[in-house]
Amino acid sequence: MPSPEGAPETVPVRVTLPRALLQLFDGAPSAVELEAATVGGAMDALDARWPGMRDRLCDSRPAIRKHINVFLDGRRVTLDTPLYPGAEVHVLTAISGG
Amino acid sequence: MTQPTRLLVGTKKGLFLLDSDADRSEWSLRGPFCETWPINHAVAHPETGVIHAGGGNEWFGPAVWTSPDGGTSWSHSSEGIAYPEGQEPVDTVWSLAAANGHIWAGVKPAGLFRSEDGGTRWSLVDGLQQEPTRDRWMPGGAGLILHHILLHPDDPEQLWIGISAAGVFHTADGGATWEPRNRGTRQDYAPEEHRYAEVGQCVHSIVMAAGMPDRLYQQNHCGMYRSDDAGRNWESIEAGLPSTFGFPAAAHPSDPETLYLFPLNGDQAGRYAPDGAAAVWRTTDGGRTWAAFREGLPQENAYMTVWRQAMATDRCDPAGVYFGTTSGALYASADGGESWTAIAEHLPSITSVETTHALA
Repeated sequence: MPSPEGAPETVPVRVTLPRALLQLFDGAPSAVELEAATVGGAMDALDARWPGMRDRLCDSRPAIRKHINVFLDGRRVTLDTPLYPGAEVHVLTAISGG
Repeated sequence: MTQPTRLLVGTKKGLFLLDSDADRSEWSLRGPFCETWPINHAVAHPETGVIHAGGGNEWFGPAVWTSPDGGTSWSHSSEGIAYPEGQEPVDTVWSLAAANGHIWAGVKPAGLFRSEDGGTRWSLVDGLQQEPTRDRWMPGGAGLILHHILLHPDDPEQLWIGISAAGVFHTADGGATWEPRNRGTRQDYAPEEHRYAEVGQCVHSIVMAAGMPDRLYQQNHCGMYRSDDAGRNWESIEAGLPSTFGFPAAAHPSDPETLYLFPLNGDQAGRYAPDGAAAVWRTTDGGRTWAAFREGLPQENAYMTVWRQAMATDRCDPAGVYFGTTSGALYASADGGESWTAIAEHLPSITSVETTHALA
């Protein structure tokens, strides 16, 4: 996949999304195949398909929202975390009470 | 004259809508809407009846939900409801106002956003971020929240806002510049020499008297006030009330002398109905005298609280008055506040109540 000059190469990855998020975006599936170089790039790709989705998962610091957890290979990651071909990124809602 | 009335009830677990028959004796309830997000406030556009509901979700952040068809379909957006990178992000939407083609949204931490396309895209009213006293604003118990937006009925450039605990501010130029309007309101929690400071007051509610844009009423953390000069000076009208503390105020729809309150027993005494007996207090002379109305309200073991935005009047004659409690009960009066009926009793904790007769 071509990328802007100087930007890391995008790679095909798979992103799984939490049910509570899917309820907010008509037609969004629980697993999405997309191309991205970083976790932040994956958020942008999600937003391009479902406008507004990045706002639900990331705040303006910018960072992944406090009660959203994004895991890659069992470890919590940040927007800057690079992705590799075939990576499985899991977006989860943190446990919350009340 | 009475007419069908819709109540917009924001709760900790979504928005509920209640629709009445023409004489407001029967109510039907729908909800929860907005995917059970906490909804701090909801309003209906006065002409179109389009509903906007503002809140924030622990997972997904702030958003304004919009329904063009009375709650059948919904969309949500927070596009532009954001501070610049590096600043503390917007946590939740706390207040809304819609008129003159604009929708205004007040947020936590305190800031104001405006939409000119019906609630899809929002832009920051930067003038409030530059307000010169801002470094002296302190968050109240619920955070630094902009919880009231009061629009001038004839001049779209003028509005008042209430922020806890910063006070009341006014703009005459559509939000470009702001002026504190807290003179005469006190801070019992401040040292004596700072008790009547320029800012730092904990306003809880501001409302406008019917047909008198210069007359405002304010329920404050520390007292009840009236202003007859658009908020430049405030005069205490708390004599005769059971307490100086309460959250909401609601103005009568046609009589500028009539106002409704739900006083609580005190800010350090539990913040519930005095003696566990619920009462709505009404003045019909601009705050000179007060009377309590209890018919239909629980008079034993009623440790209820009514929040800042959880009391409202409709536009009928006689006026309908409504309030919702933190324990999920919703009360209605169809006779100007003199007698009351519970029209819902087991809702989630209620944060706001508004009315509309524009039924989309």
